[in-house]
Amino acid sequence: MGYPHKSHPQETPVLSKHFGDPAARTLEGWKARGGYTALAQALTMAPTAIQDVVKASGLRGRGGAGFPTGLKWSFMKLDDGKPHYLCCNADESEPGTFKDREIMRWTPHALIEGVAIGAYAIGAETAFIYIRGEFTEPIRVMEAALAEARAAGVIGPNAMGSGKRIDIWVHKGAGAYICGEETALMNSIEGKRGNPRIKPPFPAVSGLFGQPTTINNVETLTAVPHILNNGAEWYKGMCLSSPKSTGSKLFSVCGNVAKPGNYEVVLGFPFKEFLYDVCGGPPAGRKFKAIIPGGSSVPVITIEEAEQVRMDYEGFLEVGTMLGSGGVIIFDDAQSMPRQLARLARFYAHESCAQCTQCREGTAWMTRILERIVAGQGSFEDLDTIFDLSESMTGKTICVLSDSCAAPVVSGIKRFRGEFEALITGRRSSTVAVGV
Amino acid sequence: MVSLTIEGRAVSVPEGTTILEAAKAAGVLVPHYCYHPGLPVAGVCRMCLVEVEKLPKLAPSCATAVGEGQVVHVYSEKALEARKGVLELLLINHPLDCPICDQAGECELQDYTFQEGRADSRYREPKRFNPVEDFGGDVLYVTNRCILCTRCVRFMDDVHEAPVLCVSERGDRAVISKAAEADLTQPWAANVIDLCPVGALVSKDFLNKARAWELDRTASVCPGCSQGCNAVLETRDNVVMRMKPRPNDEVNHFYLCDVGRLDYHWMNRPDRIESPKIRLADVLSPVDWEIALGQAAEALRGRRAYVVASPHLSNEALFLLKRIVTTTGGEGAFRCATGPEAALLGVEDLALRADRAPNVRGAELLGFTRRDTDLLAGLKPGDALVVAGDLMDGADVRRAADAAAVIVVGSTLPVGLPTPVAVLPIANVAEEEGTFTNLRGRVQRFLQAKAAPGLARPSWYALADLATAAGAPSDDCSLPSRAFAALAAAEPAFAGMSYDALGLRGATVAGTGVAR
Repeated sequence: MGYPHKSHPQETPVLSKHFGDPAARTLEGWKARGGYTALAQALTMAPTAIQDVVKASGLRGRGGAGFPTGLKWSFMKLDDGKPHYLCCNADESEPGTFKDREIMRWTPHALIEGVAIGAYAIGAETAFIYIRGEFTEPIRVMEAALAEARAAGVIGPNAMGSGKRIDIWVHKGAGAYICGEETALMNSIEGKRGNPRIKPPFPAVSGLFGQPTTINNVETLTAVPHILNNGAEWYKGMCLSSPKSTGSKLFSVCGNVAKPGNYEVVLGFPFKEFLYDVCGGPPAGRKFKAIIPGGSSVPVITIEEAEQVRMDYEGFLEVGTMLGSGGVIIFDDAQSMPRQLARLARFYAHESCAQCTQCREGTAWMTRILERIVAGQGSFEDLDTIFDLSESMTGKTICVLSDSCAAPVVSGIKRFRGEFEALITGRRSSTVAVGV
Repeated sequence: MVSLTIEGRAVSVPEGTTILEAAKAAGVLVPHYCYHPGLPVAGVCRMCLVEVEKLPKLAPSCATAVGEGQVVHVYSEKALEARKGVLELLLINHPLDCPICDQAGECELQDYTFQEGRADSRYREPKRFNPVEDFGGDVLYVTNRCILCTRCVRFMDDVHEAPVLCVSERGDRAVISKAAEADLTQPWAANVIDLCPVGALVSKDFLNKARAWELDRTASVCPGCSQGCNAVLETRDNVVMRMKPRPNDEVNHFYLCDVGRLDYHWMNRPDRIESPKIRLADVLSPVDWEIALGQAAEALRGRRAYVVASPHLSNEALFLLKRIVTTTGGEGAFRCATGPEAALLGVEDLALRADRAPNVRGAELLGFTRRDTDLLAGLKPGDALVVAGDLMDGADVRRAADAAAVIVVGSTLPVGLPTPVAVLPIANVAEEEGTFTNLRGRVQRFLQAKAAPGLARPSWYALADLATAAGAPSDDCSLPSRAFAALAAAEPAFAGMSYDALGLRGATVAGTGVAR
C-alpha cells in the first residue's frame, strides 16, 4: 500500500502491506498476520545459516550505501567471546526520506522481529533501535510494541522459549542529522557527542562500547523475516533488471508531485512509469524538471535522465546518481534550482559535526556563495570556486556529509547551469513560484 | 617491522606505526594540526592527507597504519592540492590578526600557509565573529583564531583527566567551550596553550609581552619542584619572558605544570647582590673577589663549617660545598619548601611534587642532611656558618647568633642573619650552567639563558675558589663540564657520567633502581 494512498496495482507491497492498518500494531494482530513465524524458525537455525540465507537473497542495505546485508553480518566473529551489539538505524534524517517512519508507525512488530533475527544472526544479545528524536509517534508505537513483546516473552532472557537472550532497547536521538551516520550513531548511544569515528576500526571489529557491532537500517531488517519465511529464491526472484538489486524497496516521494507518499516497488522498476503512473505525475499544469532520487545526499538528475532510469542500485549509478535511501525529491518547472540547492546546502552546513575542516568550513562557505548567487550578487567566478571547493569536500573527510553537500550542488550546477548564469547576469529572478 | 617508502626514502618501523610517525622516522614532516604524539588521534584537521599508491583516496597519515611495501607521497600534486584546500578553508574565517597575535612567528597556520598555502583567498563573504573568552587560570581563548583541532579538549579529557573542555555547536558555528562553573585552573591546564597550534589559546602571563622571533631559547630544567621537568627559558634582552616545556619522554613528556611555568619571574628580580662584599666596621662594603674570598677563607680557618645549602643549587655547587664540609670536618644541611602534590593523571609518574626545589635528591646524594624545621640544629658554637643559595625565607635562623662567623654565597642577601664576614654573589639558575638530580635520580643539565648581574659568578666557579681557599683538594673546575667531571670522579653515585653523555636529556644516577 502506498500509504496514505490506496495501493497502486504496479506496487509490490511486502513491507508496506499493512500500512494504515492499526490492528497490525498489536502483538496479537501481528501474529494473526503471520508475524513472528520467521523469528521462531530463526531461533532453531544456526546463526551462520541465517547469514547464508540472507546472503543468497541478495538483500542490500536500504539505508543508502547498499552494502550486502548477509556479507556485513558475516564480518562478525561469532566465537570471539565478546559481547556483540546490533544497532538498528532508525534515525532516518535524510531529507526526503520517510519510509522507516511508516514501518515503525504501522508495523512495529515487523521491525522487532527483524531486529531479533538480526541480533541472533550476529551473536548479539542486545540490540538498540536508534530512533530519530523528532519521530515522537513512531517512538511511542515502538516502545509500546517492545513492551508487549517483552511481556509475552517474544524477546527477553528467553526469546520465544528458545533459551536465547535477545534484549531490544529504543534509544532516542536528539536532533542531529549526523547521528544517522553509523559511527556517530554509536557515539550517540554511548552518550557522547554524535561525531563520526575514523574507520578503521570498522564497527564489526570495534563498534558500540568498543565491541563488535553491526548497524542495519530499519527497512533492511524488516525485510529479513520475509526472506526467512519465503526463502532466498523468492526474494531473489523479485528483480526487474540488475541481478545485483533484488527485492522490493520503499520509495518516499515528495516535492512537486500529484501523489506524494511511500510506494513499494520491486527493484528495477522503470522510473518513468513510477513517476507518471504510480505517483500520479506532476501537479496540474506543471512539468517535472529535476529529481533527487535517493535522499538529498545524491546528485540531482534531470527529468530526461530520470525517464530513462531503472530503479535499482546500478540503474541510478548509470546516470550519475544513486539509489541512496530511496527518498525521491521532485522539482517541477516552477522551481528555481539555485534556490533549492542553496537550501539543501544550508541544511548540510547546519548539520556538519564540525570535526573535519573541509566539511565544517566548506559546507558553510558553499552555502554562503549559493545564497549570494540566489540574491543576485553572484559572479561566474563563484561557480568555479564552488567546483573547486567541492573537490576539497569530496573523499577527504571522516564521513560523507561534506560529499553529500557537494554532490547535489555540483550536479545541479552542471545540469542547470543556465539558471545560475541567469541569476549572475541578472536576466531572471530565481524567486519564482512557491517558496522554500 | 614493516618496510615502506616515504617520499622515496626507505624506512622500517614497528607494525601499527602510523604513516605520519613513520615519515618522521624517515625525516619527512607531514604537515598536521590535530595530531599530537601525546594525545589520542582525532584525525579531524585533514591536513596530514598523503597519497598512498594503490589506495583509492588520500589517507590521513595520522590515522593510517603503515603497510608492507607501501609507497607514500607526501608532496605529490594530489596531496599538496588537498592540503592547500584545507589551508584555504582554515583561513576563511580566521581573523588574520597576526600583527597582534602572540602566536605569530611560532604559528603552524602561518608556517604551513607560507610553505604550501595559497597566496590569495577566494572568500568573499563576511567572516564569522566570536568574542574572546577568559577560560580562567592563565588561559585566554581567542575564538576567532581557533581551527577546532581539539588538541585542548583531548588534553583535558585524556591526559589531565579533567574533562572541562568540549566542542559545542556544529558546523562553522562550532567553538571550544568550557564546562559551566569550571575554570582552567587545574594544575596542568595551561599546557593547552602550548598544545594549541595556532593563537587561539594564549597565555595571559605572556599576553602582548614579546614577539616570538625576539626571544632567545635556552634549554633548562624547571626549578619549581623535584620532578625536574625539562624546560625552555625564553629570554629577551637579558630578561626571562616565559618558561615552556621541553619534551622529554623520560620525565615530563610534553608538559609543564602551571605552578612551574609561571614561577620564573624571580629569575628577573632586580634586588641582587652585584658585588662581593666584606664586613667592615659591621657594615658590608663592596670589594673585589680576591679580597672577599680571602676574608671568607680566613673565617673558615680552624673552624668547623656548618653549611646550609639550598636545594636550588646545582650538583656541582653542592659537591664543592661538600668539599668545604669535609675539609673542615663540618656538617651540611638543607631545607626544602613543600606544597601540595598535583599529578598529571594521564602520564605515568609525572606530578608537581611536594618538594618545591629541583635538587633535593642531589643534596641528599651529596650527604646534606634534610632539616626542614630546625635548619640550624646541628650548628655548634664556634662554627663558621656558610649560607649557600637563596630561599632561607621562613627558616628559623635565630641560632645563627651562635656562629663565630657567617659567610653568604648567594644571589640575594638573606634576612635575619648576623652581618656576614663575607658575601660572595652568585648567578641564579637562569644565569649559569649546571645539573640537577630529580627525585628519580635523573641528572639533567640546564644551560645559561642570560647574563648574571654585576660581578656575580656562576656558583661552581665561586665555590671552587672558596673550597680551594679553604684548603680543599683543588681539581680543575675552570669550566662547568670540568666541575661536573670532578664530581663524577669523586662521587660514586655519579660515577661514569659526563656532561657530553648527559646531553640535554639526562641520565640516571647509579643504584636508584628506577629506569627513568
